[in-house]
Amino acid sequence: MKNVHTSLIVVLIAALACVSIPANAQKALTIVWAEWDPANYLQELSKDFTAETGIAVDVVQIPWPNFQDKVFTAFVGKSDLYDIVIGDSQWLGRNSVGRHYIDMTEWINANIDVNSIYGPAMTAFAEYPKGSGKYWALPAQVDAAGYVYRKDLFEAPKEMQAFQAKYGYALAPPKTYAQLRDIAEFFTRPEQDLYGIATWYSKEYDGITMGFQQVMWSFGGAYGDAETYKVNGHINSDNAVKALEFYTDLLQFAPPDAPNYYWLETLNAYTAGKVAMGMNYFAFFPGVVNPETNPVSHDKSGFFMAPAGPEGHYISIGGQGMSISAYSKNQDIAKQYMKWFMQKQVQEKWAKLGGFTPHKAVLESDAFKMVTPFNEAFAASFPYLRDFWAVPEYAELLEVCQTNWNEAISKIKSAKEALDTIARKHEEIFEEAGYYDE
Amino acid sequence: METSRGMSDYQLKMAFIMPTMVLLILMNIFPLLWSLYLSFHRYKASMPAAPKFIGTRNYTRLLADPEMWGYFQTTAYFVILAVAAQFLIGFGLALLLNREFRYKGFVTTLLLLPMMLSPVVVGLFWRFMLSSDNAGLLNFFLSPLLTSPIGWTTNPKVAMLAVVIVDTWMWSPFMMLISLAGLSAVPKYLYEAADVDRASAWFKFRWITLPLVSPLLLIALLFRTMDAFKMFDIVYVLTREGGPGTVTETVSMNLYKLAFRNYNTGKACAMAYLLLVIIVALSNIYVKYLNRVKAEA
Repeated sequence: MKNVHTSLIVVLIAALACVSIPANAQKALTIVWAEWDPANYLQELSKDFTAETGIAVDVVQIPWPNFQDKVFTAFVGKSDLYDIVIGDSQWLGRNSVGRHYIDMTEWINANIDVNSIYGPAMTAFAEYPKGSGKYWALPAQVDAAGYVYRKDLFEAPKEMQAFQAKYGYALAPPKTYAQLRDIAEFFTRPEQDLYGIATWYSKEYDGITMGFQQVMWSFGGAYGDAETYKVNGHINSDNAVKALEFYTDLLQFAPPDAPNYYWLETLNAYTAGKVAMGMNYFAFFPGVVNPETNPVSHDKSGFFMAPAGPEGHYISIGGQGMSISAYSKNQDIAKQYMKWFMQKQVQEKWAKLGGFTPHKAVLESDAFKMVTPFNEAFAASFPYLRDFWAVPEYAELLEVCQTNWNEAISKIKSAKEALDTIARKHEEIFEEAGYYDE
Repeated sequence: METSRGMSDYQLKMAFIMPTMVLLILMNIFPLLWSLYLSFHRYKASMPAAPKFIGTRNYTRLLADPEMWGYFQTTAYFVILAVAAQFLIGFGLALLLNREFRYKGFVTTLLLLPMMLSPVVVGLFWRFMLSSDNAGLLNFFLSPLLTSPIGWTTNPKVAMLAVVIVDTWMWSPFMMLISLAGLSAVPKYLYEAADVDRASAWFKFRWITLPLVSPLLLIALLFRTMDAFKMFDIVYVLTREGGPGTVTETVSMNLYKLAFRNYNTGKACAMAYLLLVIIVALSNIYVKYLNRVKAEA
């Protein structure tokens, strides 16, 4: 009887072994990204990779407020939980110097046609130090801050006439910050629970910084000298003060809760019909054109790129780069995936699904501009993109900006006091980190 | 004495104690000592560089930083307001509940619910209740009385009050529970004797209730003070990391940023030790007072 059992087990094992299993069925790749629509698109796109290679791909999504903390904690613990990390551009410095990302320079030069990728995206999301030619990532999702507006309000003849009579020019999506202020003021009607604008003022993560920095640059301010890391005289220049005063002034045309607004709150304010214009990353705009999430104005929304200021035109860059975790045990598969991802036909499908491709030819194609009602404004924003410091100390620098700019818009400090504090503290951080050592 | 398998009483004792001891050393004692060691070093957990000894520099820089004192001031302000409010409300509720009435059990359970909730959940739903526009429940109810909605979490003059309200809503039941336990332990015959002597209600409260309940009240105050000093979660969720500006940024909130955003591990460890010293000092004051009250009783 015992022999019969043994024979049965042997036969069973043999039978199981004979069942055809794809060679890579056991392999799996874990990609970590923030919880939002593009991560769903990537999961969908990755089915093609699985079909081609038999390698399963799991896109792990972490809610935005905890995204950075969770990923960085995993890095500090040298966890192999994630193979590919799709992280913010500011993370590059810290994670490359901290050796949490693998150096991909040689591999990228040998396997990827860098010229096919939009140059500024490669610099922003992949290269550290900037201009060094050292790559730690490939751009995955290129994004920008842009605006959505209520076409039904902007195109209503009564509103157009009243606006023309009051401001002396036609009501249309603003091209400058001065026009943006006029339009925001015009539509601010608290008695109707309607306000002119919803933009980012929140102290959470990088909220107010991403909202204000593009205004600061466009007014002629700057974070500092990228060569010498000197900050004083740049971030607290007269132009920067004017910019912060402008941004604080704009708050009066926003809903009362606006000092707490970041991307989710601005999106909610717009879809609830509370504001005439709302700023957000373009990647969040699918929620605006979806009738389920925006029953009020899904079919009455138009889009425009962030306006220009008196001293130039700059827009906050969004989006993320795709890096390989130094602690991953699947680095070869991760490279295989990234090589697959950067192919033109895959990028075309990525764009079709709703992803913002970094592939130059796809990005510039008419087909891309037609995919969504906001892709055209997004593509137009590209030449104006700029980024925050991407140095390893970026989190400390960001924290100082967040606190002081939030204090300025809350009238706890004047614009000048807030900017002087930032200049002093940023220089202290750079000095401590040795940037001023000879 | 040896067991039948040859283990002495001492060995048996150790066999039972050791797993707990090892766990305690690994999970509590080692991190405590390691963080003390790191507090004297320049070290970032997110960077590959080894800790570099810098003596007491982390401590001196923290103590010389006016912003750090600002966070301590904010925390002290919050602790005083919140613990005082919780004490008064909790003790008041306990006095009301310390009598027989219909549905007493149900009402007591209902009042205890807030402290059973997760602070993050509490912070989230109060975020909606205290929304600074008329969509916020509190502003909606107050709208007939107000010309414009109150910026509960956006107005620097009001934001701390919002945090105190939420913490008080959540933790007054704890004060109530401990006070109720103390009140029910007061012997009834003392009140009967006072009644015979025609003592006033105030006299009975001042000379019977308060002295007998105060040791328990002090313990409740000690727990709440220690806990309030570490306030993090409600501030993180309700006022978005201590805003507006740094108006509600407590020491623990700032410590979190220092440790897990900036990964300034050495400095964060030094700050944690400063916080520990303050909490231990405060606890000692309470314990001394508690001993005195117990001796008098």
